[in-house]
Amino acid sequence: MYNKISKEHDEYLKKVKRRKRNIIITQILILVIWLVQWEITAKLGWIDTFLTSFPSQIWNLFIEYTVNGGLFHHVGISVLETIVGFLIGTILGVLIAIILWWSDFLAKVLDPYLVILNSLPKTALAPIIIIWVGAGYSGIIVTAVTVSIVVTIMNVYSGFKNVDEDKIKLLETFGATKFQVLKKVVLPSSFPTIISTLKVNIGLSWVGVIVGEFLVSKAGIGYLIVYGGQVFKLDLVMMSVFILAIISAVMYQLIAFIEKKLTKWQQ
Amino acid sequence: MERKNIVEIKNISMTYHTLDGETEAIKDINLNIDKGEIVSLVGPSGCGKSTLLSIIAGLIEPSKGKVLIKGKEVKGPTKEIGYMFQRDHLFEWRTIIENVLIGLEIQGKVNEKSYKYAEKLLDIYGLSDFKENFPRQLSGGMRQRAALIRTLVVEPDLLLLDEPFSALDYQTRLAIADEIGIILKKEEKTALMVTHDIAEAISMADRVVVLSKRPATIKDIIPINLSCPGGVQTPMKCREAPEFRHYFNQIWKELDIHV
Repeated sequence: MYNKISKEHDEYLKKVKRRKRNIIITQILILVIWLVQWEITAKLGWIDTFLTSFPSQIWNLFIEYTVNGGLFHHVGISVLETIVGFLIGTILGVLIAIILWWSDFLAKVLDPYLVILNSLPKTALAPIIIIWVGAGYSGIIVTAVTVSIVVTIMNVYSGFKNVDEDKIKLLETFGATKFQVLKKVVLPSSFPTIISTLKVNIGLSWVGVIVGEFLVSKAGIGYLIVYGGQVFKLDLVMMSVFILAIISAVMYQLIAFIEKKLTKWQQ
Repeated sequence: MERKNIVEIKNISMTYHTLDGETEAIKDINLNIDKGEIVSLVGPSGCGKSTLLSIIAGLIEPSKGKVLIKGKEVKGPTKEIGYMFQRDHLFEWRTIIENVLIGLEIQGKVNEKSYKYAEKLLDIYGLSDFKENFPRQLSGGMRQRAALIRTLVVEPDLLLLDEPFSALDYQTRLAIADEIGIILKKEEKTALMVTHDIAEAISMADRVVVLSKRPATIKDIIPINLSCPGGVQTPMKCREAPEFRHYFNQIWKELDIHV
């Protein structure tokens, strides 16, 4: 430990700390001010609460849904669909990327198809998928998978291709097999790419799930949003959107946390 | 005294094919290397030195000719050869000891004995305190030393060094070249080293092979006999030998470099 900190250094540390604190305070302040003005303008009748709802109404609805347990049912279903879709999309995507890395020929052959699939808005496929797979959880999960899988394949594959050739050559001089090259160098050095793909995929899986729920579901956050919209219960729509925002942020942070745990060597 | 050839390079030629045509990189190279000998390979830029190393390592197949290691023809990478690169290529996600063991891991030879040997080498060459550290916590020179140990641990009969110091800054380069020269002699390793640095070649090698412009052929092989001051045979000391300058000029002329 450094016991003796010079006065200048102490000043510097304080300055950095102060700046950090100011940023957080400002961030919170923006949120609070926004909510407060929303509430006040609603109460004063400046905005049409039929169209915008207002915070205390949303909060009351939240309490109501929590007490009668309906919220957990809806959130649980959507979260489950998202996690399953996310896992399948990610794992399958990485596996396909590995196959493409393994066979250069296949990668070249499939390249134009992947490019087209990548630029296609996958949500356009949702109605087809739901008709094919069925209008239930499976249809929604498959929609979520479709949204995330192509990006996963492309990102992870390009991560594999960017692995330093000399690192691979090094292992080859030791007589490594292709599988060893994959396991010892290609996968570990693409790890940062894979993690950043996971971060993107959480959001994409939610897109798939919400779109799927819009189309067919009888429960879930997407269902609440569509239902709320149809009966003009804007407080229900707003509440659902808020919950969605919070849950996806938590999931994102979870992956960031896992990333930090697994990449000790970077710190 | 008859010494056994570890490496026999026989009539190696190499032609590259691309859509634009073909390039003759190496033409009819013959070279034998004795056990315990350090041979330096110098030549103009892009003359195919690295290609030759890759052929010897079995990473690429020559168009003509063959390479024998201890009388056995090279067909693909073998454990008889250790390869050292310009950059250390330590894996950032592995600790130093894990990096050093990678070759043994690949060859399925990690056991108590080999692990002890790895630890011993780390200890001798001053890295035992950094065993559990990650590469980014080490200096460039230390990293290159770790890379050498990684190559030595699998106990190859022949070391191929592809400009092993060129990614280091000049001071580190002198120090580490000296150190690795001493290590190679001490471990009685046979080595073939590609370098751009004429002084490095003379100070470290028993023989310097001068290659011509592309397609590379052997222009001359110069045995180095330096009367190093005080009889200390380290690369650094040998730079002070009176013959050093003479060899330098000779090789410089042979290289025939015009810019």
